[in-house]
Amino acid sequence: MSDALLAVRNLSVQFTTYGQTNQVLKGVSLDVPARSQIALVGESGSGKTVTMRAIMGLLRTPPAKVTSGEIFYDGHDLLTMPTKERLKLRGTAMSMVFQDPMSSLNPVFTIADQMGTILKYADRRLGRSRGNRERMARVHEVLGQVRMRDPERVSRSYPIMLSGGMRQRVLIAMALLSEPKLLIADEPGTALDVTTQAQILKLLKDLVEERGLALLMITHNLGVVRETSNYVYVMNKGVVVEHRPTADLFEAPRDDYTRALIAAVPRLTGGTSFGKAGAAA
Amino acid sequence: MTNMLEIAGLTKLFPVRNRFGRKTGDVRAVDDVSFSIEKGKVYGLAGESGSGKSTIARMIMGLAKPTSGDILLSGHSITGETGTRAYGRKVQMVFQNPGSSLNPRRTVGQSIAVPLAAHGTPLGEHKRRIAELLEMVQLPTDFALRYPHELSGGQKQRVAIARALAVAPQLLILDEPTSALDVSVQARVMDLLVDLGQQLGLTYLFISHDLSLMRNFADTVGVLYLGKIVETGPTASVFEAPQHDYTRLLLASVPVISAEEEAMRPKIPLIDGEIPTAEQLIALRDGATPVSQRTET
Repeated sequence: MSDALLAVRNLSVQFTTYGQTNQVLKGVSLDVPARSQIALVGESGSGKTVTMRAIMGLLRTPPAKVTSGEIFYDGHDLLTMPTKERLKLRGTAMSMVFQDPMSSLNPVFTIADQMGTILKYADRRLGRSRGNRERMARVHEVLGQVRMRDPERVSRSYPIMLSGGMRQRVLIAMALLSEPKLLIADEPGTALDVTTQAQILKLLKDLVEERGLALLMITHNLGVVRETSNYVYVMNKGVVVEHRPTADLFEAPRDDYTRALIAAVPRLTGGTSFGKAGAAA
Repeated sequence: MTNMLEIAGLTKLFPVRNRFGRKTGDVRAVDDVSFSIEKGKVYGLAGESGSGKSTIARMIMGLAKPTSGDILLSGHSITGETGTRAYGRKVQMVFQNPGSSLNPRRTVGQSIAVPLAAHGTPLGEHKRRIAELLEMVQLPTDFALRYPHELSGGQKQRVAIARALAVAPQLLILDEPTSALDVSVQARVMDLLVDLGQQLGLTYLFISHDLSLMRNFADTVGVLYLGKIVETGPTASVFEAPQHDYTRLLLASVPVISAEEEAMRPKIPLIDGEIPTAEQLIALRDGATPVSQRTET
């Protein structure tokens, strides 16, 4: 066992559908020390989302089944602890920022309603309670933290009244409500325009540094990895193929898959030639 | 050298109506856009959502009517031509999401046969032609019998390309053709597009928000911003010495993977809010604190 805030050890997960069993994770191990910025990168089907869902306890069992391994949070194994204990951690000590802001928000409730509900249940699980007014004060405070200029107005809005970037910031605010120590971000900003995505990434980075959080960034975009992390795990087909400090990975990738992945990224400076002629050169 | 496509003063207004259905104004989705593409070249239209890039593609395809302005194909106005079979033989389009642009109830072969039949290829030749097209996009010929759900994303996009090429068009409009694909698959599809362009002498209009991809594929780029082309020129010069503030902002926002790329990105503070207005851009250039254009409601 390590002293990391989150430590995944030799995690294997299989899915059984229509009598067919697929080994989706094959012994994945990773460490997220406190106050670190870690990226988990892979293409579709690599197992990065399953890893995240296993950590958050969001795998539906069946069809999924954890066949071996441990997930330690602060030294406690999440997989063997009683459900009640685990629920106390989820959304409170460890929170998640989802990818698609439109489908993660309920269209028929205001932002204040949705954030208030989250806070209420988080408080209840932790055996705390606070009045309506205090709760709203906290909601406004957090909306301010994600750089909303007018938190009161945003909190009265329905999701459809907000732009994509603002919705994504609301999701980040939701994750911050009960002051987590670990933030897991699943492709944040992927659904947004480049300029908006750049803002969201910067906001996340600033927040993580300001508040001393640990960030686990799950993404398929190597550019995002380089901008937001200092240590990176590369996944392919359910296996971590390489893990290094982020700067080293781009300087001198060791694994063949990583090398191919980096080579496939078109460069802003040009020089990535497509086509047969390019491949030969 | 004649231009394959020439667009002059193209404008598209969409009416804005109030709740009683009365017209209260117009949205200038495309505002006096002009550009031309030489035969055999790739023109890249870069822009974010709402910039009007898809509306331009739709007007060239004849799926939307321009409010004003001219579209010339090989020197002839396309007004009155669009929608005819003759026009469909010259211009084809590959859409963004192959999952929804292919009919799930048709096999790959049946999908490719639709344009063949519509354009008068004798039934007896379909099989041979389908096999030929599949080979062209580097898919095994027995894929003709498969359904889209049996294929991966990259394979589906290859089928969509084969279908667009079935009528041997001169101009191919690519609307974000790889944005739904993984980066390694994207590279292979781009390889294919480059090879096909050379083999068949195709002219491409490439629409994308991915600037890194654009840098490596387009000969000329136009940067679209709120319906206007704010900057255009040979790709290398636009990327290396961007003149317009919006182009600089776009370039500054691209996540990159090397120090060299980082060095060429303009160093400007990112704007807090949505697509910036002209005033915001000026404020940025003058080094003032960025202001948000959008009222937060």
